[in-house]
Amino acid sequence: MSASPTFVARTGNFFHRYANPGQFLKLGARLQPWLTWPAILLTLTGLGWGLFFSPADWQQGDSVRIMYVHVPAAILASAGYAGLAICGLLSLVWRHPLADLAAVEIGPVGASITALCLATGSLWGKPMWGTWWVWDARLTSVLVLFFLYLGHIALIRAFDDPQRGYKAAAILALAGAVDLPIIKFSVQWWNTLHQPDSITLTGAPTMSSSMLWPLALSALGMGLGFAAIVVARTRAAVMESRIRALLSSPRRRGNAA
Amino acid sequence: MTRKTRRLWLVIACVACLGTAAALILRAFSSDIVFFVTPSQVVASPPPKDRTVKLGGMVVAGSVHRERKGETPVATFNVTDGQAAVTVHYEGILPDLFREGQSVVAIGTVQPPHDFAATEVLAKHDETYMPKEVAEALKKAGKWDPRFGPPPSAESWNQMTVQDARKNTATQPATN
Repeated sequence: MSASPTFVARTGNFFHRYANPGQFLKLGARLQPWLTWPAILLTLTGLGWGLFFSPADWQQGDSVRIMYVHVPAAILASAGYAGLAICGLLSLVWRHPLADLAAVEIGPVGASITALCLATGSLWGKPMWGTWWVWDARLTSVLVLFFLYLGHIALIRAFDDPQRGYKAAAILALAGAVDLPIIKFSVQWWNTLHQPDSITLTGAPTMSSSMLWPLALSALGMGLGFAAIVVARTRAAVMESRIRALLSSPRRRGNAA
Repeated sequence: MTRKTRRLWLVIACVACLGTAAALILRAFSSDIVFFVTPSQVVASPPPKDRTVKLGGMVVAGSVHRERKGETPVATFNVTDGQAAVTVHYEGILPDLFREGQSVVAIGTVQPPHDFAATEVLAKHDETYMPKEVAEALKKAGKWDPRFGPPPSAESWNQMTVQDARKNTATQPATN
């Protein structure tokens, strides 16, 4: 505990220097094209390769191609919520203004990608498993994640004083992060209808490289796309808050009167 | 201790408590969270006849009998987890992925000691993905028979291209 004040102070300084709203606008404007264009290019390449040129699976046939959308969406659903939790931590501990703005903007994007994950999973489940939906641990924990996103979206906008909404939503984001390891390990801890992960840190991927490459490209592309949308939305939010501040400044009010 | 540090420790403590609580709850309800029970569990302690259970396991090779009762297909097959086997009776259309050696989940009631009346059968596929040609090459080489279990370790086939597989299949004489 003795070393922690310096660590906390240093981390705080780091964030205030490199991620304050003004710096973020400059950095974001430079970063934006490097996120947007590679995202479009990689997603189109990965999806085109996966949907039209990769081989069909030996037992699932062409249905396996849903994977090239479903798996990146699933990864991003969890990664997006991890982002919300980090924003929550920065907001609660360091009162970082940019973290609150980012949390407002990550919510709807993460909820959409989680909905995409659930929808594609359902479409994949019907022809392969024989059912649209089952209440197994993996599917249920991802549905819980979707509701956590919806709750976060509602809570952060629910107060007249935005600061109170930020605080409540940050607590929800951190508490909800408990769901992330449950999603990840659900297929190992309990038996489920959903199959275990094909790509693990320890073993060789149990997936032919002819399917792994398009999957990796579309996952990278959709990941960059997620980042591009969040950065664009956050930039817009920063500009909006500045304009609001200008419009409601006492000098302007004085002029209007 | 500054206020920021105090807030950081407070957040860490809260998240740790919440994580522990969640872990304990999940441990306590572990037997309800599992999606299916195994044949050896069903044989060891059969649930009451009127309780709907989900039975999961592998379809035993050579145990599948398909008949027709009027218009509806009727299937009988054994499901095993390697230690015990239960005979499943099912009236209806089986999913496309149903085959010998496939993992399935049958939903229905247990008829002790070793029979199971299913109202629904779901196919559970594994986490391996490979092109048809690679699967054929592995089967031809005698390295894998899908009726008896999962494919060999992924290193031995995940770099094999469709072209390699076609070549292997063409040059090797059929061994089965």
